[in-house]
Amino acid sequence: MISLISTEIQPRGIKLEKLETVPVRKGTTLVKRGFAHMHKHGVVMDVTNVEQAQIAEDAGAVAVMVLDKLPFDVRKAGGVARTASIKVIEDIRDHITIPIMAKCRIGHIYEAKILEVSGIDMIDESEVLTPADEERFIWKWDFTLPFVNGARNLGEALRRMEEGSSMIRTKGEPGTGNVAEAVKHIRLVNNEIRKIKSIHESGDIQELIKISRELKVSYAYVEETAKLGRLPLVNFAAGGISTPADAAFLMNLGCDGIFVGSGIFKADDPVERAKAVVIATTYHDEPKQVMEAQKMVDEKKSILGMDTNNLDLKMQERGSNA
Amino acid sequence: MNQIQIGILAIQGDIEENLTATNLALDELEIKGRVIPVKYVNEIAGIDGLILPGGESTVIGTLAKLSGATQLIKDRVSNGMPLMGTCAGMIMLAKRAYDRVVGEIRQQMFNVLDITVERNAFGRQNDSFEAELDIPLIGSESFKGVFIRSPIVTEIKNGVDVIATINNKIVAIKQGNVIGTSFHPELANDTRFHKYFTQLVIDYTK
Repeated sequence: MISLISTEIQPRGIKLEKLETVPVRKGTTLVKRGFAHMHKHGVVMDVTNVEQAQIAEDAGAVAVMVLDKLPFDVRKAGGVARTASIKVIEDIRDHITIPIMAKCRIGHIYEAKILEVSGIDMIDESEVLTPADEERFIWKWDFTLPFVNGARNLGEALRRMEEGSSMIRTKGEPGTGNVAEAVKHIRLVNNEIRKIKSIHESGDIQELIKISRELKVSYAYVEETAKLGRLPLVNFAAGGISTPADAAFLMNLGCDGIFVGSGIFKADDPVERAKAVVIATTYHDEPKQVMEAQKMVDEKKSILGMDTNNLDLKMQERGSNA
Repeated sequence: MNQIQIGILAIQGDIEENLTATNLALDELEIKGRVIPVKYVNEIAGIDGLILPGGESTVIGTLAKLSGATQLIKDRVSNGMPLMGTCAGMIMLAKRAYDRVVGEIRQQMFNVLDITVERNAFGRQNDSFEAELDIPLIGSESFKGVFIRSPIVTEIKNGVDVIATINNKIVAIKQGNVIGTSFHPELANDTRFHKYFTQLVIDYTK
């Protein structure tokens, strides 16, 4: 069942149209969140060109995420990272059948508007790109297309939901090949949910209201999460996933699916690795199957990775106070 | 009567949503039964009916083939076990599927419905929608069809019954013990489709 909790009664993103004679409703909460639900138990792969997109599709990716540069290269290049070239997005769109997502900068309403009419399926308002607005995120209820947003704790996740996001991913620390931050974020979210669930069960509404004030989110979202005992949106793991075992680990922590960024196409065996990560994600509950998947990759070919304690740029901190 | 077991193919997609909808259907019908996720080949023998959820047909199809599940499921279905596929699930059941972008879909998956399916027939996510459908098979009240990058049925052979249409396009069919829908009944907050399917499973086990 999809949680239909909403901030606006009649969001501007909803379009009432006619399919010849039949009235239809586009961009409804159900249609937007439903799209995210179709990706569950799957792997979304970062790609920068048609060749990579085809490798991802053939490997069994559930969608591709189009970027100008992979997070690892964004980190190396420095400067301002913006949304990908529209021509590249269109080129990929015309060569594959699985859904296409693309990233826009945090708060950059117009990059998002352009992406919305470019024929992609979902927009990622992402901290991997340089934020365009330090104060606020996009008001996503105004869009017909669904959004995915990053979060590293429950407050961020629910604030993004209140702004109209349809899907959450952990932030992790993108482009590092190091899964530690993603693990930290999913554990943190799980613990926070466990806490509010037990408070809700005890009937202590006053304490829940206090928590919603601390999280800077409306009470209704905290209550819904406490009632469900999980995030009311689909929640994927992202940031630093590099091996089949990484993917299986995060699925076992309760994630609904996996985003792989630099981990595949910055490795020296992307074709095998892409397939292996998909298999490990589906069969994450069976160590023997994950072992078979892990056997398909060569550790000498993995992205080298880096220590997340000594980074010049912590992408996960972008937008965390908004 | 032994209690019935309905499986949900649990490779990728909205598996939990189908589990919930089917469990609700059993409760409302006051039928004792179990709904179980089916992921491994050895789990197929014990079920009395199977639902293929929504998701990405290429992903589910590829992995099902790898595990050897497709042939086993086909054998069970040809022996009468009810099967329902929603959206991606219906694409996998069709004998032929194509896409406006890339043309004919390479791999044939389950090959059990005598229909041709066009993938993403309404367009991409911007054209996904909800609409009220008239489906006499499950009752006179309209049913909320949730169409997400949905396919349509463009051709049917003898023996295939049309269950629902929208704007003269076929969006739900039944051929013997197999049902296919373009939309997602598991998201409609209305268990009538899952109840209808459960009834087929009960009849099959009698």
